[in-house]
Amino acid sequence: MNKYLLPFIVFIFLAAFLAKGLYLDPQTIPSPLIGKKMPAANLPLLERGEAEFNVTQLIGQPFLLNVFASWCAPCLVEHPLLSNLAAMKVIDIYGLSYKDNRSNTIAWLEKNGNPYVSVGVDAEGDYAIDLGVYGVPETFLIDSDGVILFKQVGPLTQEVIIEEILERIEDLKSE
Amino acid sequence: MIPELGNFLLMLALVVTAIQSVMPMIGANRGNLPLMHLALMSGKLQFVIIFCSFGCLVASFILNDFSVLNVANNSNSALPLPYKIAASWGSHEGSMLLWLLMLAGWTFAVAINKKQLPIEFLSRILAVMGFVSFGFLLFIIFTSNPFERILPPLPDGSDLNPLLQDPGMVIHPPMLYMGYVGCVVPFAFAVAALLGGKLDSTWARWSRPWTTMAWVFLTIGIALGSWWAYYELGWGGWWFWDPVENASFMPWLCATALMHSLSVSEKRGGFKAWTVLLAILTFSLSLLGTFLVRSGVITSVHAFASDPSRGVFILLFLTIIVSASLLLYAVRAPRIGSGSSFEWISREGALLANNVLFLASTAAILLGTLYPLFLDALNLGKISVGPPYFDVVFVSLTAPAVFFMGIGPLAHWRKTEISFLLRRIRGMMLIALFGAVLLLLITPRWSPLVLLGLFLALWIIGSIVTTLVERVANIALKTRFSKLHALKKIPLGFWGMLTAHFGVAVFIVGITMVGAYESEKDYRMEIGDSAAIGKYTFVLDGFENKEGPNFNSTVGKFSVFSNKEFLVSLSPEKRFYHVQQMVMTEASIDTGITRDLYLSLGEPLNDGSWVVRIYYKPFVVWIWFGAFIMALGGIMAAFDRRFNLNKQIS
Repeated sequence: MNKYLLPFIVFIFLAAFLAKGLYLDPQTIPSPLIGKKMPAANLPLLERGEAEFNVTQLIGQPFLLNVFASWCAPCLVEHPLLSNLAAMKVIDIYGLSYKDNRSNTIAWLEKNGNPYVSVGVDAEGDYAIDLGVYGVPETFLIDSDGVILFKQVGPLTQEVIIEEILERIEDLKSE
Repeated sequence: MIPELGNFLLMLALVVTAIQSVMPMIGANRGNLPLMHLALMSGKLQFVIIFCSFGCLVASFILNDFSVLNVANNSNSALPLPYKIAASWGSHEGSMLLWLLMLAGWTFAVAINKKQLPIEFLSRILAVMGFVSFGFLLFIIFTSNPFERILPPLPDGSDLNPLLQDPGMVIHPPMLYMGYVGCVVPFAFAVAALLGGKLDSTWARWSRPWTTMAWVFLTIGIALGSWWAYYELGWGGWWFWDPVENASFMPWLCATALMHSLSVSEKRGGFKAWTVLLAILTFSLSLLGTFLVRSGVITSVHAFASDPSRGVFILLFLTIIVSASLLLYAVRAPRIGSGSSFEWISREGALLANNVLFLASTAAILLGTLYPLFLDALNLGKISVGPPYFDVVFVSLTAPAVFFMGIGPLAHWRKTEISFLLRRIRGMMLIALFGAVLLLLITPRWSPLVLLGLFLALWIIGSIVTTLVERVANIALKTRFSKLHALKKIPLGFWGMLTAHFGVAVFIVGITMVGAYESEKDYRMEIGDSAAIGKYTFVLDGFENKEGPNFNSTVGKFSVFSNKEFLVSLSPEKRFYHVQQMVMTEASIDTGITRDLYLSLGEPLNDGSWVVRIYYKPFVVWIWFGAFIMALGGIMAAFDRRFNLNKQIS
């Protein structure tokens, strides 16, 4: 073969990878927890301090777990989307208040609306570590067996809700 | 009105460059003189048009026309004027227009510098450059139009990213782009020569000053970027092996190889196929760099907005240009011939070794930069390649290159006796080794890397002195001039080479010392507290509030003492930019020849104390100083009279 053709061939390979790369998102971070069971936890409930937010008791039907905090600006950005989703009544949304002051969380929910069925308090962020949370907000979709199907790092967008979450809920229902 | 005019001018430029890329090519193939002369005219005309279009963009920024989306997104009425102008290239759209303007500028320079080039060759060169301009114009008009309107107009803009509100940012992008885009000239020369089938030493001589100037701009642009990152990002690093940095560094390495290879092609008629390939690769890498930065395929701290349609377009354009030129190369290169033969131990041998090492490090950096993408594309997982990989690979490839750099200028062309060469480098070697060990005695700690770094720096300096002495002796012998007179006879290009090599030595001292002996400490400080690093003591005297044009800031007032004696006051700032709601750290640096003291304010703590970061950076300015000396050497070499003489055309 013509050795002078070699640079061209190398380049074509490179270009093919670059073309593929255009359709990949370097920002998405895979979670090792996807396809695994939710880690168990017993957390205080936001509304009534004495009662318990028992993650294993939520299992039985699919639900969303949204990790948020009153101090987190992107959480406020995604909040209206969560409220809309809650109003659609297709899935229960639970909140996990992350490293936040209890009264601040309550005030924040009163001000911005509360889309959550109930909210667990993870004041020290211990349970978030078990969940592998990078930062707030994060949202987990869990099926009726307690297996994590999907995880969104960062604020939800309309696109993610439609293409990732609602579509998966449809799949679950049709099973 | 102004934005519409700018937009119209872009369309007009599209037409002109379309003519420029087609007509002269036909003319050159048919020997039609008027068609060939069209190249000169359109080459100059397109520059004027694009310059005016760019002017329209700058005017929109200066006039606060917030009905232009680009202005609304990147400027603000309170933004100081110099930054309003710089904001013209602060966005993706604006920076692409700057890219195009630079390209047009280089085209203009080639078109007016016609005195020594045959018209047929020149028209092919301008046609190739016209085609590149045409592609980028299409890209700008259809995917990244800087003149896009937003209706109704916004009352005020959302301001320029505060990170870019810095004098370094005003000049870094134009310099870097000049370099990036300048690589198009040797590329166009190479493609035109391949098309015309005439690759001789005159082709190499014509290419050399252009290549060198592009390299000079790249060098300055990269150095400015690194310097900016150092003082602006507030964590004292000067190179991060970030994909965007790599994107500018790869063409630089390749251009360095090209410059050296061109010298062989010119002086000895050798390496021609190789030189042409390097010219194509250098420009391909600068296009690839543009693609990587602009498409968002790779995660980077330079988070530019990414849009797949832009990526698709640049990739398509990149593929057309690169594959067409590489195919042309595959067809024509076998007929070029390898030029005059040489022995391995010769100047050609040393230059070839250097070339191969430079290209290998380019390949290693390309691999490291794209490796995460390769794995992701093959569904093998997500990884990132960090500085440890780049550091190890780069040092192990460039250390031998620097070693050869010391030998190259001393070896003869074609063939050098080993015994002869050994005699010349033996002394150099001993002095460098001995000097490095002596210097190690006065440094705080011993380490093999420091020994290597100091040895290489002294090795280069030894080589420079030896080369100079020999050259003077040679000229004196041949011309019977006195040595002093002989010194004056040394051509500028030769001085340029020595200067640039000296810059490398300075640079190596900088990276060696800062890499081995820098130290960094974080303190929690209240007013009146003091912190120490080495012999320096930092006392926090208090805080002041300052109002800037579009920010307010908290300024920490520090006194620095060296061995209890007052040295300097430093005032690092924490700025809050109103419009973008962004907090910026402005480091305060006391720069010295042997060390920088670098102070930056971290976060305020609840009890009124602050986190303060103190860095001690020995010899860090040598890094940029070295780069500027290299660039100076390049300028000297590019302006050697030899490249401006008509009569030497063989």
